[in-house]
Amino acid sequence: MSFEEKGNWVFLVVSVVTYVAYLSIILGRAEDVPIAEVPYVSTMLWTIGIAIGLSIAGNIGVAISKPSEADKSDVRDKDIKRFGEYVGGIVLGVGMLVPFGLALAESESFWIANAMYLAFVLSAFTSSVVKVVAYRRGL
Amino acid sequence: MGKPTKVTNSIRSLRFAHGEMTQADLADRIGVTRQTIIAIEQGRYSPSLEMAFQIARAFDAPLDEVFQYPDAEASSA
Repeated sequence: MSFEEKGNWVFLVVSVVTYVAYLSIILGRAEDVPIAEVPYVSTMLWTIGIAIGLSIAGNIGVAISKPSEADKSDVRDKDIKRFGEYVGGIVLGVGMLVPFGLALAESESFWIANAMYLAFVLSAFTSSVVKVVAYRRGL
Repeated sequence: MGKPTKVTNSIRSLRFAHGEMTQADLADRIGVTRQTIIAIEQGRYSPSLEMAFQIARAFDAPLDEVFQYPDAEASSA
């Protein structure tokens, strides 16, 4: 498995785990109050910050575990990355229609922000899965 | 899901014919990762024309000795 592929796995796992953690915290708070009134802003920002930090730390860990491969990236890695980002971009574009509609309908900011966050996560997830499949099965 | 390319190659046999060259050796010669050589050998990745020439040059062989593309009739039969 190349350095880029390992980094992609790190990103995939981190995005899913941090989003599930965020969701469980928010849903846990919603037991006593209506979900749209749950305080979410700082939790969301912390989750995003932690996800970025863990991705960086994970990539550093991958590089340390096999330093000889750390800076190796070639044209196939770039092709796969480009393809994954392209599919992820489509998911993001379509996914952003939901918060757009919610904003037009003057929904509460909770729903708009969470729909946007979900669109980002789905985009990252799809992009990573597409890259994993491309690495395993071919481009 | 079938193989993403119809291009076949003789890289594996050429490596053995050239002093049992390893995938890592070939990867180093043309400046790619070993995983890319594996993917090309297995038909999971179609290299660029430039990379194809570099691989052929590493074996000192013409391009069509390294890479083959089936005839339209043969592939549709």
